[in-house]
Amino acid sequence: MAEITLKDIIKEENLVYKRSKIMTNKTLSYCPGCGHGTAHQIIAHTIQDMGIQEQTIGVSPVGCSVLMYDFLDLDIQQAAHGRAPAVATAIKRLMPDKFVFTYQGDGDLAAIGTAETIHACNRGENITIVFINNGIYGMTGGQMAPTTLAGMPTSTSPYGRDTSMMGNPLKITELLAMLPGTYYVTRQAVHTPRAVRQTKKAIRKAFENQKLNRGVSFVEIVSNCNSGWKLPPVKANEWMVENMFPFYPLGDMKVDGELVNK
Amino acid sequence: MAKIRGAVVVDVEACKGCSVCVVACPSQVLDLAKEVNGKGYNYSYMKNPEACIGCENCAIVCPDGVITVYKVKVA
Ligand SMILES: Cc1ncc(C[n+]2csc(CCOP(=O)(O)OP(=O)(O)O)c2C)c(N)n1
Ligand code: SF4
Ligand code: SF4
Ligand code: SF4
Ligand SMILES: [Mg+2]
Repeated sequence: MAEITLKDIIKEENLVYKRSKIMTNKTLSYCPGCGHGTAHQIIAHTIQDMGIQEQTIGVSPVGCSVLMYDFLDLDIQQAAHGRAPAVATAIKRLMPDKFVFTYQGDGDLAAIGTAETIHACNRGENITIVFINNGIYGMTGGQMAPTTLAGMPTSTSPYGRDTSMMGNPLKITELLAMLPGTYYVTRQAVHTPRAVRQTKKAIRKAFENQKLNRGVSFVEIVSNCNSGWKLPPVKANEWMVENMFPFYPLGDMKVDGELVNK
Repeated sequence: MAKIRGAVVVDVEACKGCSVCVVACPSQVLDLAKEVNGKGYNYSYMKNPEACIGCENCAIVCPDGVITVYKVKVA
């Protein structure tokens, strides 16, 4: 048989993967290699696969992903810093047939928005929360967050987080799993193809769960902040595996309302 | 046994040269070009196109969603 050329392969009928049509044509404002972008692509593909573009309403946070409404072709309301779960509560209660999700960084969800996060989860609002934990305030210049690891340098802890003075890193996801209002709680990542495939399943489940009306579905994504961590993208992912994953281990914490024993 | 051949198309001007796709490829197909795009990024390209198996790994980890993947079975 004659040698197959690239032209023979690159044809519409041989297409196996392309960017979701729910992503707009806007260039993502994220730094090269930032996990926010990967997380957006996964959410877009999930909503496309489920065919729920018209029934989905997102709530964007304050943080690097504040402009999410520019990147996803969905109805999106931007919330004041940390207030996304409260805004999502109102939207879902007024429009219970919609799929409602928040998308929040760790500064947004686990610092200024801790009260809104805990109470929405404790009330058992029938919403999906996607939590991007990069252990830092990315947008504002890499300041220490509640999630910053012990010993981790940031612009406000240049010698590393000294827990005797600055307190301990907060495992907010473990805390939320203990609340009766959470139905699904999992921690995932987006740095490798395998992690992306796992996260896509988790996001799918978290959206499907809204049909059951059993409470909050919460997906943490441990992610990078190349600029804040001052590492090139691939090195940042390696640093994340070595340092973030031991403290924030990946996996399900609560499935179908039952805590997962580990 | 049918052989699988794949190919990817990178939107060169949209690529940010992060290299995440390069390390995600199981067949060492991709590399960053010596040349830069209009934004000044060394963009990703198929350095070794014959080795591509169309597994989609590079595309699904690309934060900017700029890789399209094609795949055929060669008899
Ligand atoms: C009420 C209020 N306080 C403080 C700020 C400043 N601010 C903007 S983003 C941010 C933290 C964002 O960090 P995170 O949620 O982790 O998002 P990332 O950029 O890391 O994704 C802060 C403190 C603000 N915009 N509004
Ligand atoms: S500052 Fe950090 S979180 Fe923000 S876009 Fe850049 S890498 Fe991503
Ligand atoms: S992952 Fe995407 S943006 Fe990064 S180098 Fe590869 S094609 Fe370019
Ligand atoms: S499709 Fe798979 S084999 Fe082909 S370049 Fe991408 S990662 Fe490599
Ligand atoms: Mg952050």
